[in-house]
Amino acid sequence: MSSNTTNTTTISTAGPPSRRNTELALLAFSVLIPCFAYANVGLALDGEMPSGMLGYGLGLGLLAGVGHVVVRKFARYADPLLLPLATLLNGIGLVIIWRLDQAPRLMAKKFFHPSAPNQLLFSALGIALFVAVLIFLKDHRILQRYTYISMVVALILLVAPMFFPAKFGARIWITIPGLGSLQPGEFAKIILAIFFAGYLMVKRDALALASRRFMGLYLPRGRDLGPILVVWAVSILILVFETDLGTSLLFFGMFVVMLYVATERTSWIVFGLLMSAGGAVFVNTFEPHVQQRVDAWLHPFDAFKDGSSDQIAQALMAFGSGGVFGTGWGQGHSDLIGFAANSDFILATVGEELGLAGVMAILLIYGLIVERGLRTALAARDPFGKLLACGLSAAFGIQVFVVAGGVMGLIPLTGMTMPFMAQGGSSVLANWALVAILVKISDTARRPAPAPAPSPDAEMTQVVRP
Amino acid sequence: MSELTLTVMRLGFLAVLWLFVIVAVQVIRSDLFGTRVTQRGSRRGGQDRQPQRAQQTAPPQQRQQQQSGGRRAERGRRGAPTKLVVSEGTLTGTTVALQGQTISLGRAHDSTIVLDDDYASSRHARIYPDRDGQWIVEDLGSTNGTYLDRTRLTTPTPIPLGAPIRIGKTVIELRK
Repeated sequence: MSSNTTNTTTISTAGPPSRRNTELALLAFSVLIPCFAYANVGLALDGEMPSGMLGYGLGLGLLAGVGHVVVRKFARYADPLLLPLATLLNGIGLVIIWRLDQAPRLMAKKFFHPSAPNQLLFSALGIALFVAVLIFLKDHRILQRYTYISMVVALILLVAPMFFPAKFGARIWITIPGLGSLQPGEFAKIILAIFFAGYLMVKRDALALASRRFMGLYLPRGRDLGPILVVWAVSILILVFETDLGTSLLFFGMFVVMLYVATERTSWIVFGLLMSAGGAVFVNTFEPHVQQRVDAWLHPFDAFKDGSSDQIAQALMAFGSGGVFGTGWGQGHSDLIGFAANSDFILATVGEELGLAGVMAILLIYGLIVERGLRTALAARDPFGKLLACGLSAAFGIQVFVVAGGVMGLIPLTGMTMPFMAQGGSSVLANWALVAILVKISDTARRPAPAPAPSPDAEMTQVVRP
Repeated sequence: MSELTLTVMRLGFLAVLWLFVIVAVQVIRSDLFGTRVTQRGSRRGGQDRQPQRAQQTAPPQQRQQQQSGGRRAERGRRGAPTKLVVSEGTLTGTTVALQGQTISLGRAHDSTIVLDDDYASSRHARIYPDRDGQWIVEDLGSTNGTYLDRTRLTTPTPIPLGAPIRIGKTVIELRK
């Protein structure tokens, strides 16, 4: 009790609430939860505490601590929730990947090698990127200067994988010999959000105001339709040439969301949905890879029976056998999914071992990250920051929807990763960078307004007035 | 490991996970910042939000006491406005505490109240206290004008309590 009161006084004398102590408490919590899970897996599988317990726990705690110290130093007024939520997801992801590394069925595979150490390394690199963005990005408005450069960079990143061989049926990787492969789409997501925000900030008045009203919808002028058509065409091209439904859905969805936010015109959403539906159906008619995905989605158990693609069926059965409270850590059989069990299908493991209750909690945590992003957008004072925060959190949300929907059989499966949780270096790195930008914007947005500077206009009027 | 221990751990983990979610939501609830919406909870909640709330609620009371007992005693009887409330327009519900600072209104991003209003100029008007503490509204040469009640402002004008100041579609008034 006495410690509580001393705490209260220290916070209140610290000046305006920066919520850093709240963040630290939540961060400690979000490091302890994965440690608990880790111990639980070890106890369930071997009946003893796992040997790497101390290493993983300290590693995660150290990473979180570094992140916190840097936030405290360079983004004092940042949102207190973004870092702990991301840390928790990353930590739980690490535990699931480690748990799947222990699965005998996966160990028996030919190309098996444990992914958890690698993932921990990439988490560390992700935190390093987070720290770097916080330190070197002094003000998010600097990004506005690079509007068109970021468009070019994003297009290059999107187009580049076409020149590399397809992996697992989708061309979304850039393979650098000796170094491994990179998924540029994950980074393009952030860079495109910067471009859209910069572009729409300039063009939104033209897009919003110059329109005719027709049947309750605002029809934009033909020439204003240009950019949406271009983005649509690019996303269709991605779908055709890279056979990657997820990336194309993500970019188009993000663009439509940002367009709607910038212009307040519902008609963009209607157009966007019609165009994406039309495009998807059109591509489905001739692209075999997409057709195969759609078939596996419509008839998962047929594909299971004839043995062509049993992943979705196995994932559905994993969710089913999990029930409401799950089988418990380490006691499920989600390793039956086999290939990509720890990347695209990682949510199935959550579904089986933690059950409906666990999946709901995880999805809520993703939802909270999106909510904090949108709250940041609301609080931001400049339109570029608003649009950027909105676009980034929309991209994050759409990505979670696309992956979770695919794994649960709601929409056709796409080759995307669950942010922070899934095994994969690019994904972890890019999402930490995304969270870092959100933290930076929220720091600017929540910083108490400085004493209003005497505006030069006001001074002039006072001098001129008799 | 016994079945019982594992079951307890399984449910315990879910409980801890949900506890985290609930704590996070509580943090959001207590995390009031930026433009504050006029709806003041009466309950005093968790330990870390108490000081923040105390800070938020204390200044108006202190100010009122100072105003009624201090050097502004002559106006204390009528009651000085303590806050500026947006009552119509896209920012409806926004309040700004009046603490002797100049409040600028307009579409410019550095305005105290950034108007998202097609009819507002970038530096539309400002509201400031004069030497006696009387709040004055001044139009800063806006295109579409600032209206106090129904009259378009041409000179800096004192604001009566509760009188609507209209800028485009936005209506602002001072309240106690």
